[in-house]
Order: sequence, then C-alpha cells, then structure tokens
Amino acid sequence: MPEPGPPYRPGRRVLRGWGRTAPTAADVVLPADEARVAELLADPPPGTGVVPRGLGRSYGDAAQCAGGTVVDLAQLDWVGGIDEATGEVEVGAGASLQRLLEHALPRGWFLPVTPGTRLVTVGGAVAADVHGKNHHRDGSFARHVTALTLATPNGVRHLVPGRRGRGAAKAEDDALFWATAGGMGLTGVVTRATVRLLPVETDRMLVDTDRYDDLGAVMAAMESGDDGYRYSVAWVDCTATGRHTGRAVLTRGDHARREDLPARRREGLPRAPGTSRLRIPRPGPRHLLNPLTVAAFNELWFRHAPRHRVAEVLPLAGFFHPLDGVADWNLLYGERGFLQYQFVVADGDVVARAIDQLAANRVPSFLAVLKRFGPGTPGPLSFPTPGWTLALDVPMGPPALGALLDRIDEMVAEAGGRVYLAKDARLRPDLVRTMYPRLDELQHVRRRVDPAGVLRSDLSRRLGLDLDRKEP
Amino acid sequence: MLDAFGQPQSLVVLGGTSDIARAVVHALAPKRLATVVLAGRNEERLAEAAAGAKAAGVDHVPTVAFDAGQVDRAAAVVDECFAAAGGDVDVVVLAVGVLSRRELELDPERTAEVVTTGFAWPAAALTAVAARMKAQGHGRIVVLSSVAGVRVRRANFVYGATKAGLDGFAVGLGEALRGTGVAVQVVRPGFVRTRMTAGMSEAPMATTAEAVAEAVVAGLASGAPVIWVPGTLRWAFAVFRLLPPSVWRRLPG
Ligand SMILES: Cc1cc2nc3c(=O)[nH]c(=O)nc-3n(C[C@H](O)[C@H](O)[C@H](O)COP(=O)(O)OP(=O)(O)OC[C@H]3O[C@@H](n4cnc5c(N)ncnc54)[C@H](O)[C@@H]3O)c2cc1C
Ligand SMILES: NC(=O)c1ccc[n+]([C@@H]2O[C@H](COP(=O)([O-])OP(=O)(O)OC[C@H]3O[C@@H](n4cnc5c(N)ncnc54)[C@H](OP(=O)(O)O)[C@@H]3O)[C@@H](O)[C@H]2O)c1
Repeated sequence: MPEPGPPYRPGRRVLRGWGRTAPTAADVVLPADEARVAELLADPPPGTGVVPRGLGRSYGDAAQCAGGTVVDLAQLDWVGGIDEATGEVEVGAGASLQRLLEHALPRGWFLPVTPGTRLVTVGGAVAADVHGKNHHRDGSFARHVTALTLATPNGVRHLVPGRRGRGAAKAEDDALFWATAGGMGLTGVVTRATVRLLPVETDRMLVDTDRYDDLGAVMAAMESGDDGYRYSVAWVDCTATGRHTGRAVLTRGDHARREDLPARRREGLPRAPGTSRLRIPRPGPRHLLNPLTVAAFNELWFRHAPRHRVAEVLPLAGFFHPLDGVADWNLLYGERGFLQYQFVVADGDVVARAIDQLAANRVPSFLAVLKRFGPGTPGPLSFPTPGWTLALDVPMGPPALGALLDRIDEMVAEAGGRVYLAKDARLRPDLVRTMYPRLDELQHVRRRVDPAGVLRSDLSRRLGLDLDRKEP
Repeated sequence: MLDAFGQPQSLVVLGGTSDIARAVVHALAPKRLATVVLAGRNEERLAEAAAGAKAAGVDHVPTVAFDAGQVDRAAAVVDECFAAAGGDVDVVVLAVGVLSRRELELDPERTAEVVTTGFAWPAAALTAVAARMKAQGHGRIVVLSSVAGVRVRRANFVYGATKAGLDGFAVGLGEALRGTGVAVQVVRPGFVRTRMTAGMSEAPMATTAEAVAEAVVAGLASGAPVIWVPGTLRWAFAVFRLLPPSVWRRLPG
C-alpha cells in the first residue's frame, strides 16, 4: 500500500507542523539523492537558511524555515538488507518507520524504538532522538544507531559513535554524532543511518492492563513494576478532578513469543501493519472539542478499561500506534489546530501539580500519556532524562491557555525538567537555556560544521538558538 | 517568530503614539515581545511611547519618524522600520488615522488630509509591508479599521469613508496574501475612549484602548480575520447594515 507522501511539489509552499498552529512559507526542495543534498548544503540557496524535513510529524515549527529552504527527504527512502547476525540495517534518512517495519518484520526484526506513530522518517527519529514505551529499558532511538551520514555546510561526514580510536578527530566526530541526535536538524542533514533492530518471534504483543483511581497509585505501580516489562505506558485522564485527579490506565507488555500464541496462530511470518484507509477530509468544526465533550470521552474510556487483565494477545499496531488507523486525524482539531505539550521531570510531585493545574483550569485534554524514562543519551539537545514524562494534546485556545502552560514550564524548569522541542510550538525562549543547560555544546559543534549559520528553522529562530548568519 | 498563540517577538507600529497602539504594546510586552519599532510624526510623543514600552519590559524600542501626508515616502518608511527591527518582523500594527469633524467636512483641503492620512498613506504602506512579509514567508498585519466604515454615517462620513476604503483594502490584501504564510487581521472597534475621541459624547457600547488591546491579543491567537470590539458589535452591525436610511439617520451616537 502506498504511504501518504509529502502533500506538495517542489517550490514555495506553506508548511505546518502536525499541530497546524504556525504556518509559514518556504522553498521546498526534494533532492533525488545524497549527492544533491551535499551540494545544496555546500552551496546553500539565498534566503533565511536551510532545514531538513521528514514527514512533518513534529507538532510545532521544527521542520519549517520561513523565507528559506526546506529539504524534504522523501526521495531518500530506500531500505538496505538486514545483517542477520547483528540485526543492523542501513536505511535512507527519508524512509519511514512504517517502511522499515514492512521490510523488517517478515524477517523477524522489529524497530528498536518506536514513537506513537510509524509515520516518521528515520532522519526525524534521529533528529528528535525519539523515545518509545521502552525508554526505561532501551533508551532512545540514537542508542540504536550505529552509524550516520551527515551532510553539513562544511562537507559530508560519516559518523560512528563510540568507535575505538583516539585523538581530536574521533572526539569531534563523537560530539557531532551526539549533537545531531536530538539536534532538531540544526547540525546538518542526515542522509542515511544504520539502525540495530530487535529480534522478535511474532507480530503480537502480550499485554497486561491495570486501572488506577488516582495518580499516586499508578505512579507507585510503575515505579515498582515497570522493570518487569519491556514496554510500559499509562494513559491519564487530565480532566478528572477531586479524588479522581490523575486516574489512569496502565498498559505494559512484551513481544509475544511463538509459544505464547495459540497453536493455530504460530505458523506464518510476522506481518507489518498496513497504512490507514480512513482519512479525515478537512478540518472539523471546533465546537466538537470542549471541556464537556472531552471529559465525557475520557469518562467513557476510563469506565471501559478493565481493572486488571493479564497476558492479553494484541496486534502490534493497536499497542504501539493506535492513532495510525486514521490518516490526518490532526484535522479533527479544526482550522486552529492543537498543541501537544510534553515535559520530563525527575520529581513525580511536579507531574501531580501540573495535572492538578490542568484539571483545575478545565483544559480539555484527551488522554495524556505518562511514562518513566531511564537514562538519557549524551546528546546535548536530546529530550529524555531520567524521571517522569507527561504528554497531552490540547486544542488551541485563548492566550490564557498559553499563560497556564508558561506557568507549568516555569515549575518544570525550576525542578530541573524540560519540554520536548519536537512537540513545542510556544515555549518562552529564555527558558530553553535552563531546560537544556548543555546548549553551548551544541552551539560549539554547529560553529564548526556550519560557520556561516545556514542551518536554521522557525523553531531555532523562535527560541533564539541561532548562530549569527554570515552572508557568503 | 510567532508562536502557536500568534504572540510576536518583533512588532512594528505605524502610528506608534496612538493610544490604542500603546495599549497593544503593553498587552504584548509581558509575553514574547523583544523588539518594537514605533513609527510616528511627533518626536516627543514617540520618545514618551518608547519609554513606556521599555518600562513594560521590551528590550529594543527604536523609533522612526514619518508624516502620513507624504504618501510617496510610505514605502521608504516601511523599509526604515524593517531595518530598525534588525530582522524579520512578526506583526505590523497600523494605527494611523485622524477623525473628521462635522464642520470641516465640506472643506476640500481638510477632506484631502483625512483621506490621505486615513487611507492613501496606509494603503501604500501596507502594500510595502505585504511585499516584505511575503519575502519573509511569515507575518501578520493588524489593521485598525472601525465600525464607522461598516456603515458610514453623517456625523463623520469622511472619516467613515476612509475606514470603509481601508477596511476593504485590508480584506482584499488578506485574500491576495493567501498561501504566502502572511495573514491580515482587521480590527473594527466601536467608540474607544482615546485622545482621538476626547471631548466627544460617547456612543453606545463605548470601550477602552485596553479592551481593544486585549481583543487584539486574543485575535492574534485565534487568527480571526475580523476582530470586533466589543464583540457584540458584530451582531449589532449585522442589523444596522440592513436598516433603511430613514431609521439609520435617527439612531443616536
Ligand atoms: C501521533 C504522534 C505520536 C508521536 N509519538 C511520539 C513518541 O512516542 N515519542 C517521540 O519521541 N516522539 C513522538 N512523536 C514525535 C515524532 O516522533 C517526532 O517529531 C519526529 O521527529 C517526527 O519525524 P518526522 O520524520 O515527521 O520529522 P519532521 O517532523 O519532518 O522533522 C522533525 C525534526 O527533525 C529534523 N529532521 C527531519 N529529517 C531530518 C534529517 N534527515 N536530518 C536531520 N534532521 C532531520 C527536522 O529538521 C525537524 O527539526 C509523535 C508524533 C505524532 C504525530
Ligand atoms: N478612538 C476610537 O474611537 C477609534 C475607534 C475605531 C477605530 N479607531 C482607529 O484606531 C486607530 C488609533 O486611534 P486612537 O484612538 O489610538 O487615536 P490616536 O491616539 O489619535 O491615534 C492616531 C494615530 O495616528 C497618528 N497620526 C495622525 N495623523 C498623522 C500624520 N499625518 N502622520 C503620522 N501620524 C499621524 C497619530 O500621531 P500623533 O500622536 O502624532 O497625533 C496617532 O499615532 C486609528 O486608526 C483610529 O481611526 C479609533
């Protein structure tokens, strides 16, 4: 089945993120191969700057560059052969995780890390150093990348993290690799990556589900029990108040082995889920989403969840990518779009206070996702750090909503936490440095590979992350 | 860059000494605003408005002098404002205008002045702004129109006519800019208590510059193409537009 490609041709186009909130126009180019990407960066077109773009699944303005050039990697979507001994596979940076999965799963391999949608590119997964439900155990995407090819204004670099060797060149390459992992496209354009896959026996999951009446209970269960599962995530109702504040449904699981399945299901190759057939034709009417309807939906969903169920056999798609069943579901939020707000913080109390504030201010948020992170990667801009992460979708609202999120940001920053730039569309710029204290390391690397300050995005400009632009 | 709530980091105000524009700057200052360029004709009032913006927390507040009587300089003034901003401009607010008074309305020179200040100069300036923003690939243009232009009345028909012209121009410009990343938002206040209306008898539903500013901030977030202040005027004028002239003539205000 063909997967939904970029909805535009080359030329000046208005681009948006998945939340559809801040459209801006840029010249979109679709290089046919790696050599074209290298040429483009070595000799950038005039204008604001250059930024790469994958499938535009970041929610804000990270893959936009108003008045500049956006390099769409859709044509670099090849998938190489899988090394059966190591599970390593080389892929073009524009290949989607969907495509990689279609290739890998029938051969008994799964993605080492998958975000909540398969429709992201490998380049986008590296650039945001994405995490999945297994972060507490396996870390983020870049941990499983064993090599990268990066086109920069200063030339093409092949980067192998942690390669044996000594000396300045090796240290520089390591720094560049890790600045790129989570670097939001600001160090260059990844053109290919080698990813180490996870061996699996089936295309099914074995899942335990538990329902908790408040946040404290679910957090305690996660702290004590997550280590027994590869995957764990809780869905929290952020509209419930009083003693139900933070009630949640916890789902945890592992890949099913052949012997976990009934005999008739054991034969045959694992198969990858297809892409969606359902499609939302146009932005929906706003009034569908308000505090009442959202709270009613959350209530129904919570009541429907089992209090305790073990070893349920579920298909991969339903477990990992429930939203991929409907294409363009973001249009349900209407013309004004929506925000995804995600932060991580070590202290669970801060999560509780954030949920309290959201509920008290009647923010109409569908189920929020709560998860425990394990250790992060060395990337200075990589989001995950040990602790709790909360992610929620909110329809765009009045400026008061922005002010509320600003207050939660301050609380998060003060507690040493941070928001996720791949989701951000509104962070107050002065908080970035507090949230990402190692920003200077990224800037140091950027100055080396991009002395003229060509690489920039709407996000980097909005947050003041840019180097001075030097005209050639 | 604008954030998801349409809050600007850099702003140019054409008519930077206007009471309404100053309230807008004050409402935006505590959010994301770092640069405001104030353009106006009176150095003293400009300096005072700039000091106010700085006190409200805006770091960088250059000023640009211009006179709306000089239409052929409009594009140069816009260039100067963009240069003073030192980078892309997220939002331009146009607040230039003069009210006409009943007794002057039959004076050809005064009529020409009101039309030049209220329509000719703004239209030329907005054309220049649109070109710059189109090249930027992003931006918002906020135009202070008025309900006086929605249905023009005897009491201030010259002013009302300039607003009708400006309003139509702005709406058309917004249409022309579709697909460029730039959007136009038209603000239609009713009677606002400012320097412009000082000493006049208030019309029904009179409001304040602060209320207009709050509506502009909310409008930037919603992206609404037309912002009525107060919001009820939208419905009032849906009716007023249809009234027969004999009734319209006798309404108060
Ligand atoms: C429904 C949904 C669920 C999600 N769930 C999760 C989740 O569970 N965990 C998680 O971590 N994220 C999640 N995300 C966010 C998503 O994984 C990231 O935003 C990811 O970066 C999107 O990839 P993309 O290919 O669409 O990249 P884009 O959105 O197009 O770009 C994102 C960033 O990557 C950069 N980039 C893209 N390609 C390259 C390249 N080849 N080289 C260098 N830089 C590049 C861009 O410049 C930009 O800064 C989710 C998103 C959605 C819509
Ligand atoms: N007040 C209302 O009831 C009301 C209602 C609807 C719409 N509006 C509109 O809102 C906008 C702002 O009005 P306001 O109420 O804030 O009134 P204001 O304080 O009088 O503002 C008018 C602005 O226009 C400037 N201006 C006038 N003639 C000029 C010229 N020849 N050259 C350069 N600048 C000139 C003024 O500069 P100086 O400071 O130098 O005079 C001032 O900055 C106007 O467009 C007005 O029509 C007002």
